[in-house]
Amino acid sequence: MIDQFRDWEKNRHAYAKAWKEKTGGKVTGYFCSYVPEEILYAANILPVRILGSHEPQDVTEAHIFGMYCPFCRDCLAQGLKGKYDYLDGLLIAQSCLHIRQAYTSWIKHVPVDFSYYLPFPNNVQSPRAVTYLAGEIKAFKTAIEKWTGKEITDQDIRDGIKIMNENRNLIHRLYEYKKKENPPVSGEETMEVAISQQLVDKKEHSEALHKLLGSINSVPDGKNNGTRLMILGSENDDIPFIRMVESVKGTIVIDDHCIGTRYFWNNVHENNGDLITSIAERYINRPACPSKDWIIRTRIKHILQLAHDYRVKGAIVIQQKFCDPHELDIPAISRALNAAGIKTLFLEFDVTVPVGQFKIRVEAFLEMLQEEDIF
Amino acid sequence: MKIPNYKTAPLKCWNKAKEIRDDFYKNYAVAHEKGGLRWSGGAWSFGAIPAGLGDDVFPLTGEPYGASIAFNKQFSIRCMEATEKKGFARDLCSYMRNYWGSVILDEYIDGGKFPKPDFMWQDHICCSHAKWYQVASDLEGGIPTCCIDVAVGPYTEVNENRLNYITGQMHDGIEWLEKITGRKYNDDKLIEAVYNECRATSLWAEICTLNKAIPAPLDEKSMYSLYVLGTLEKHSKKVADFYEELLDEVKYRVENQIAAIKNERCRVMSDTQPPWGFLKVFRYLETFGAVSIGSLYTFGLIGMWEDKEDGSWGPRTTPQQKGIKIKDRDHALKVLADWNLSKPEWQHFYSPHLKSEMMLRIAKEWKLNGIMLHYNRGCEGLSLGIAENRLALIDAGFPVMTFEGNMGDEREFDEAKTSSRMDSFMETLGFSVINE
Repeated sequence: MIDQFRDWEKNRHAYAKAWKEKTGGKVTGYFCSYVPEEILYAANILPVRILGSHEPQDVTEAHIFGMYCPFCRDCLAQGLKGKYDYLDGLLIAQSCLHIRQAYTSWIKHVPVDFSYYLPFPNNVQSPRAVTYLAGEIKAFKTAIEKWTGKEITDQDIRDGIKIMNENRNLIHRLYEYKKKENPPVSGEETMEVAISQQLVDKKEHSEALHKLLGSINSVPDGKNNGTRLMILGSENDDIPFIRMVESVKGTIVIDDHCIGTRYFWNNVHENNGDLITSIAERYINRPACPSKDWIIRTRIKHILQLAHDYRVKGAIVIQQKFCDPHELDIPAISRALNAAGIKTLFLEFDVTVPVGQFKIRVEAFLEMLQEEDIF
Repeated sequence: MKIPNYKTAPLKCWNKAKEIRDDFYKNYAVAHEKGGLRWSGGAWSFGAIPAGLGDDVFPLTGEPYGASIAFNKQFSIRCMEATEKKGFARDLCSYMRNYWGSVILDEYIDGGKFPKPDFMWQDHICCSHAKWYQVASDLEGGIPTCCIDVAVGPYTEVNENRLNYITGQMHDGIEWLEKITGRKYNDDKLIEAVYNECRATSLWAEICTLNKAIPAPLDEKSMYSLYVLGTLEKHSKKVADFYEELLDEVKYRVENQIAAIKNERCRVMSDTQPPWGFLKVFRYLETFGAVSIGSLYTFGLIGMWEDKEDGSWGPRTTPQQKGIKIKDRDHALKVLADWNLSKPEWQHFYSPHLKSEMMLRIAKEWKLNGIMLHYNRGCEGLSLGIAENRLALIDAGFPVMTFEGNMGDEREFDEAKTSSRMDSFMETLGFSVINE
């Protein structure tokens, strides 16, 4: 059912190269889910999110001090090792300090034709944020036009918004199925769909999602009947970990990750005539990354709502080692979940995770949650 | 090589610097007794803005407070452990953990209970900045908190949209201050504070340029006690006046070849905050005749710089030196935002290569033999890109030594290992311990 998505996730580089050959278009890598991809789709550019490989590496030590998160180092390693040698451009939207080092080292040591640092506002709760971001998106659009030599019209932007919104709507529908007693898709399968969403042309991804949603009702009931879990925290595209959790009778029904729901949760609403402002509103109002969740803690309310809507019994709180933004949020979020009766298991992730040790901890956590059912 | 033997003398204004620092912590603590207000926030926050609430409004800046705690190792370890017990990771900013620990333990560095601020006033360029006071507010049971995002890109790329974003937040901040304090805002006091901040931070840069002289009139260990005043109240007349006095004294030292260390024969700079509990490593360097003349950190954390006509790096010309008369609130905020956006230590948040350029400039203009980089586990903001800085300095032909540590968590600093690295570095540069 999800073979196509799995293939895209596994063979992301082959896909991008083939896309480039087929279309003659440009491919840009991007760091961070705050990059307004609507503008890239408007310009017929394929945006590809830069992710790590989860393989030990020894090429970033000279470039990023070891106290920064393994994810940013893993991402940079991909660039230094030439895994993304097909990229025409590289972009980042400002979020945490860690990931921007992957960007700044990459563009120095592996130059690309076009690079852009979008100083995305951190104070998304300020009434000034939308206007400011709209100005920055306009400047970004102008830079893209200059690079490609082609004007981006309002109609192009409308098309870009439509492509992005449609894809978000479809994956939302997939997530709706995860509210069912025994969801037809597992957490692992969902993650394959979510990751590939950020790697391939969304028009193709949406077609595949249409097919998936069309066949989903034929999945026999009872396939994913483990203890309902939420997973949240730092960037996480560690499929083997999710597979392990589900192999011991847990079912991941919802997440709060930038590779998952935070990426696609809300849409652009063309409600005031200015398309760029509408895009800015979408990115300002999306579920926040912890680096932007201040002064009010909006994440807690959102996470508790997800936990309620998806009827989770426990939450696995993961954190990339040294990930300051999440380290700053986890105590408050864990407290809130526990106060709401949702038990938490905290795990610290590295480029590779000790699956054996984590399995013991996850099993113990699930046993603890299941005790409530027994007694 | 003949070992130099320069005149040396303690700084005459040393005690005055100490007094200003002591008064700062005391004034904050006793503000309520005099009917005044207390606010807490970062050393980079726009302190000139709350100054418009009156002369009886006293700040406590978190980073120097965290550093002061670090210097008191016993208190610091209790603060760290208190913070960790609350579930916070030990690799977070160590200033922040010291500060939180002081709040959790309800103990003030100067004795007594931790004086609860009336409001928190912060700025944000590092991931930890706003979150520091978000958590602090949680720990205090809820304190009104305002934070201004200043992360709009490097100064060379500032445009109207970016400046307006910051000044817009500043205007909102003033309305918020009036609302939460019930006080009427005084624009004249804001304007005065902006002038003072520009004067103080430009003067500090001018003082640092005097360290281009050989022998250096100041050593970095002493500079820490001087630049810190700018991290406490850079907008105050008291600090600006002190820097005028210090400038005169340092000029006198240069004219009369009064050295910071008598055997100066090797000049180095450091980078990022030092391990505050182990400043004696700088004294160890001196046994080789090596002086640390400062760093981008000491020069540019509060000092404001610009390219001078002769191509050198020097103090930024203040609005008052340019004859600019600040007309009103909006004008004052624009001047304040523009002034701060050129801060050297804000540039590397967007690219380590901008920092490397400034470091190379210091290495050349201050005539350095080598560079010691503190890979500081305690500060994700200032250690950002440090590995790329190392590569750039090496590429330019400067010998570089690195040592790993933590500015505020003594558990992550190995003194013996650092001294041993210094031995090797000095040997590489051709210097041995001077036996007198």
